[in-house]
Amino acid sequence: MNFVVLQFPASNCDQDAVHAIRHLGHSARLLWHKGNSLGDADAVIVPGGFSYGDYLRCGAIARFSPVMQAVKQFADNGGFVLGICNGFQVLTEAHLLPGALVRNRDLQFHCEYIHLKTATADSPFTNQIPAGKLLRVPIAHGEGCYFADEETLAKLKANNQILWQYCDANGNLTDAANPNGALQNIAGICNESRNVAGLMPHPERACELALGSEDGKWIFQSLFAALEARQAAKAA
Amino acid sequence: MKAKIIITPKKAVLDPQGKTVQSALEHMGYTGVTGVHIGKYIEIDLAPGTDKAAAQKALDEAAHKFLSNPVIEDYRLEIE
Repeated sequence: MNFVVLQFPASNCDQDAVHAIRHLGHSARLLWHKGNSLGDADAVIVPGGFSYGDYLRCGAIARFSPVMQAVKQFADNGGFVLGICNGFQVLTEAHLLPGALVRNRDLQFHCEYIHLKTATADSPFTNQIPAGKLLRVPIAHGEGCYFADEETLAKLKANNQILWQYCDANGNLTDAANPNGALQNIAGICNESRNVAGLMPHPERACELALGSEDGKWIFQSLFAALEARQAAKAA
Repeated sequence: MKAKIIITPKKAVLDPQGKTVQSALEHMGYTGVTGVHIGKYIEIDLAPGTDKAAAQKALDEAAHKFLSNPVIEDYRLEIE
């Protein structure tokens, strides 16, 4: 599979994402944000970092980069798009995902491992995650507190769009296990069509044991499986 | 000619900065403070002779789609 990883000024997890995809046996290439076309792409990753220095609001300026028009079109046509950390913020600013990410409730930047509970296997981003498996992956953000109004939140729940929630080591969704104050311990969501997802934690930093955890690979392997199923359906 | 845009967090959104400052004010003895909301102030310089109504319309659009995020923020636009 061919993954395109976007690069904005001050993206800093772009190389990590490319490395993780290649490490897991697939192709990935970087695409500078000035490009108007994605080229040959099976999936797009909007990586973490501090695009445009987080000026104005995280993701607010990157959202208007030329490449985001192409990403929107790709997503509208059903293409798989995954936003990680700042990428999640960019996707909410671009209205490809509902809600917003605001300042952590304790005003601290959190750089630590957390546990994630997968709320549903019914998405291209979670289908390979073993049932009951908690993912131990790192977070590194200052503005990761997920917010949406009540109506949006109710819709997210009704449509099973909440994909991952912060939990303790036993899988309990406690307030103490919530690193940033996110509503409902939300760490990641998908859109209504389930082809665009975003999460604050960094699965790409946890795809090999040498880095402390390989739990992040389940998210990418879910994407690979979804892409393979899609290609098989096309070929049939 | 200047446009001033004042952006504040919506009431439903956590505003930990506002809460912290409110608590600091209380500790310093400033009584009667029932809420602190910390937002942003943007000042935009406009060319002399700019049509005020047109600028109001254009900047209102810019404030809605770019300068503020209506999911989490309210804004007030003033041109003078």
